[in-house]
Amino acid sequence: MPPFFKTKLQIMSLELKNVEKKVGIETHIYPTNIKLEKNTINVLLGSTLAGKTTLMQIMAGLDKPTNGEIWFNGENVTGKQVQKRNVSMVYQQFINYPSFTVFENIASPLKITGVNSDEIKERVGKVAELLKLSAMLNKKPDELSGGQQQRTALARALVKDSDLILLDEPLANLDFKLREELREELPKLFEDRECIVVYATTEPSDALMIGGNTATILEGKIIQYGKTLDVYNKPENLTSAKVFSDPPMNIAEISKNGDTCKLNDNSVQWKSNVKIKDGNYKIGIRPHNITTYKEGNNTVEINGKVLISELSGSESLIHFTNGNLNWVSLSNGIQQKNIGENTKLFMNVDEFLYFDENNRLVNHG
Amino acid sequence: MNKTINQKAWFFVVPVFVLVAFNAAIPLMTVVNYSFQETFGNNVFAWEGTRWFKQILLSERFHDALGRQIAFTFIILLIQIPLGIGIALTMPKKGWGVPVCLILMSMPLLIPWNVVGAMWNIFALPDIGFLGYSLNAIGFDFNFTQQPGDAWFTTILMDVWHWTSLVVLLSYAGLNSIQPAYYQAAEIDGASRWATFRYIELPKMKKVLTLAILLRFMDSFMIYTEPFVLTGGGPGNATAFLSIDLVKMALGQFDLGPAAAMSLIYFFIVLLVCWVFYSLMMKNEVKS
Repeated sequence: MPPFFKTKLQIMSLELKNVEKKVGIETHIYPTNIKLEKNTINVLLGSTLAGKTTLMQIMAGLDKPTNGEIWFNGENVTGKQVQKRNVSMVYQQFINYPSFTVFENIASPLKITGVNSDEIKERVGKVAELLKLSAMLNKKPDELSGGQQQRTALARALVKDSDLILLDEPLANLDFKLREELREELPKLFEDRECIVVYATTEPSDALMIGGNTATILEGKIIQYGKTLDVYNKPENLTSAKVFSDPPMNIAEISKNGDTCKLNDNSVQWKSNVKIKDGNYKIGIRPHNITTYKEGNNTVEINGKVLISELSGSESLIHFTNGNLNWVSLSNGIQQKNIGENTKLFMNVDEFLYFDENNRLVNHG
Repeated sequence: MNKTINQKAWFFVVPVFVLVAFNAAIPLMTVVNYSFQETFGNNVFAWEGTRWFKQILLSERFHDALGRQIAFTFIILLIQIPLGIGIALTMPKKGWGVPVCLILMSMPLLIPWNVVGAMWNIFALPDIGFLGYSLNAIGFDFNFTQQPGDAWFTTILMDVWHWTSLVVLLSYAGLNSIQPAYYQAAEIDGASRWATFRYIELPKMKKVLTLAILLRFMDSFMIYTEPFVLTGGGPGNATAFLSIDLVKMALGQFDLGPAAAMSLIYFFIVLLVCWVFYSLMMKNEVKS
């Protein structure tokens, strides 16, 4: 088939087939299969050292997998050098050429591929405007703020119309305000682009904000991959739910008998209409579903002794004990609690996640 | 604003004043004193004004020594800086090779100047030295004690051997502080090895290289011990650099006035070059 047809017929996609990465005797990535489609933003969500960066470097061609294959647009690109592929990457550190101006930095990938100078000017101008860098084109990176430096790096990644754009915790080194600002803009930047975006982050809130698809990753394994909201609302298993929860999810063992459920220490009991067999389960409750006030149609009380209460401007995080378990609750507004105080909190029963003995989600059919 | 008067602060400042006075100011003022006077025996002095300065600045002997000095320093920098960067680039970044290389590189720096001079003197002797004998054996007419060209060649070789390591170690430190992400970014852009060096490594090494050039400039411009032991400034005056010539004048001929004037001129040249060079290199840094 002539190459013309090939590119027309193949839908743009990036596929990892049984990709595995070992360094010495350590396994960094266990055999992994994942297929990313065109025009999607894909979030790799996992803690530090979960293998996000390794996975991205394998996707980019900066690192070779020990086993397995990488397919791009129906072509096996395993071992194909990164220079020969149309990839761009943005790092946690603000990586720009130190002796170049912002303009020269953004133009650098175009210059190497031999784009003529008029087109360079036009394309750099467009991207710079998109990223609010137009006024800084003649400055050097070290004259810019962290946010502007990262915008420059983003512009460099966007200007060359890559098929694959990899963002490795791009907001992690920014201070809070700049991070919020850029995080809101990010999804819009990729809206009309024919490319696959991969975004690695340690923060569940990033994934929710960005939307698209999310893969939860733990210790070198992809736990679950799907639409971000699906992964959040219906985690396949307890591990995925834990990765996608910050503050950490509350987990307790319960037993179900008819329509009555109770914690195994008998401290809390509630009616439930989930359609699962009677028996023992684990429940996962996200901190924002335990509040100092009633929320939802179906709540149940829990008594707690306050361990710590952390107040931020708009939220209150209360850690408390109930029986032998430690719990975390997240309420809106300022909810002042004293350490050691006995208090009553309300759990939103409809939002409980039920897991069976194999830690698989059983409600939310 | 109200200023608080606190005389106790003198406690902290006075020791520094005393130290600097004994360390730098008083010896320097002694030299200044000599440079404006004719010195006779028994502490008898006569005022001469700027006569010694004029004499030195106009003397052919000083011009020749300064010319040799500038040529020597220029050649040294031209060889040692690129060579040092080159060696640093080829040094391993991890594994057992790192300590081996670092120790090998530090060795020449640990050897006393005198010993280096003596070592190279023996090493280069045309009749018994390994280098001198070998060069003659393969057909070169090499004799550093009699031929000026050979004396220069040996002196430069000795200095390169002794001091390139310093540039290597500084460059290596600079290179190691570059985050791997920079190299990856360059790789993704498809930048060549040269472009990576030119646009990432070199700018990132700018500060340590500035330091390396400054140190090598000062050291080579003030070089004394090694050529003194190796050639004694000879043959004739071929390797009589500024320091060697200065010592000859001050201690050999006991011309204290002109020698003092020459010391000051020498000192100001070093100071001026360092200042100009440093301000040029750091101009952009200060702006940002």
